[in-house]
Amino acid sequence: MGIDRRKFVKVASLASLGLVAGPPVKALANEVVKEAEHGCEGCQGDYLGAPRAVHPPKEAKRLAMVVDLKTCREHPDCTACIDACHLVHNVPDYPHPKDEIKWIWKEHFEHAFPEANHQFIEEHVKHSSGLLFCNHCDNPPCVKACPTGATWKREEDGVVMMDWHRCIGCRYCIAACPYGSRSFNFREPKKYFAEQGKKPQPDFPMRMRGVVEKCTFCDERLARGLWPSCVEACPYNCLTFGDLDNPDDPVRELLHHKFTIRRKPGLGTQPEVYYIV
Amino acid sequence: MSDRGKIVIGLIIFVLIFTLPMTYNMVAKNKAVGAPELEIPPEAGKECVRSTEYMRPFHMDLLNEWRDEVVRHNDRYIEGPDGAMIEKSLSNTCLDCHSNKENFCDRCHNYLAVYPYCWDCHTTPEETAQPELVVAQQPKEEN
Repeated sequence: MGIDRRKFVKVASLASLGLVAGPPVKALANEVVKEAEHGCEGCQGDYLGAPRAVHPPKEAKRLAMVVDLKTCREHPDCTACIDACHLVHNVPDYPHPKDEIKWIWKEHFEHAFPEANHQFIEEHVKHSSGLLFCNHCDNPPCVKACPTGATWKREEDGVVMMDWHRCIGCRYCIAACPYGSRSFNFREPKKYFAEQGKKPQPDFPMRMRGVVEKCTFCDERLARGLWPSCVEACPYNCLTFGDLDNPDDPVRELLHHKFTIRRKPGLGTQPEVYYIV
Repeated sequence: MSDRGKIVIGLIIFVLIFTLPMTYNMVAKNKAVGAPELEIPPEAGKECVRSTEYMRPFHMDLLNEWRDEVVRHNDRYIEGPDGAMIEKSLSNTCLDCHSNKENFCDRCHNYLAVYPYCWDCHTTPEETAQPELVVAQQPKEEN
């Protein structure tokens, strides 16, 4: 026997629903796939990180970082970027805070962004932390303070560089930097590594007692066509690194679509690290 | 002029004391310490970036040049003797061949009493982590 009237209506209505609803659903699905492929396409909803190209931009003119603190603060115990950076750059992990050397570190929100903080700020923001490192300012006060030229703003891509051969350890730059991005070697790092039985990584030199050190946007890795180690290490793609001078760069796209803040903008140092809060 | 004898004796004593280092060595038949014998690098067959005649007196100048070019001008590679590009790096290029730092670099430096501070920061292969522990140097491929 064929189908009865009841069954026919059921099948017909389902089929017509499929015919009508099919194309929009398909289009929507395509849109989702497209977004996943291209990352920030209009940056609708929460930013989940644009997929990175294989190599960082070559011949960038103005390197900058966008830190997605919204995603970062969902993982308060994650230190992947810090561990990776401090490993590849042979940064010692001294037990006493007075000796501390830090290139990238987490800081309580109210200390990281004193100008953005207030008494009644959102609870989850208040108790979160910011991911801090050298801001590679457009107008770096540390460079002006350095009497030997051991730190300078690299003209071609804007990285604030350090020459540890030339640093005399006067610490003027530490006093000048409003972000605490610079650390001084009060102890001999090589000795400490030996005491701890730790072996340094061979691709990067260590520093000696009496010099200042800080993040250099991994200039040695950029030269080899590698992303900065923190960018590569972040499992949640919170760090977007690129060239502000290129309007098609992911950092520009992010800054265009997302509200971002910078640390202590009132000082006029023009930091090149932007935070999505 | 009755002091002539005393003066001559004094002069003789002075000359003896003054030439004591030479006379002592002549009597004891001591020989000067010869130039240090440098151990040939394990990879002796490979050609260096410069000739031995240049390197012996001027390697420190070359290293200083490389240092400034790499750190201050981001100029990190140089064409090697076989045409391949090599990194201007003490720890990662020079020591690749001259891996016997103690019997090569140090022997001569100690003999000449020069103490270069390169090694305050730069590392030797013995000091550093094994290659398998090193973080991957190739960028991750992502879709």
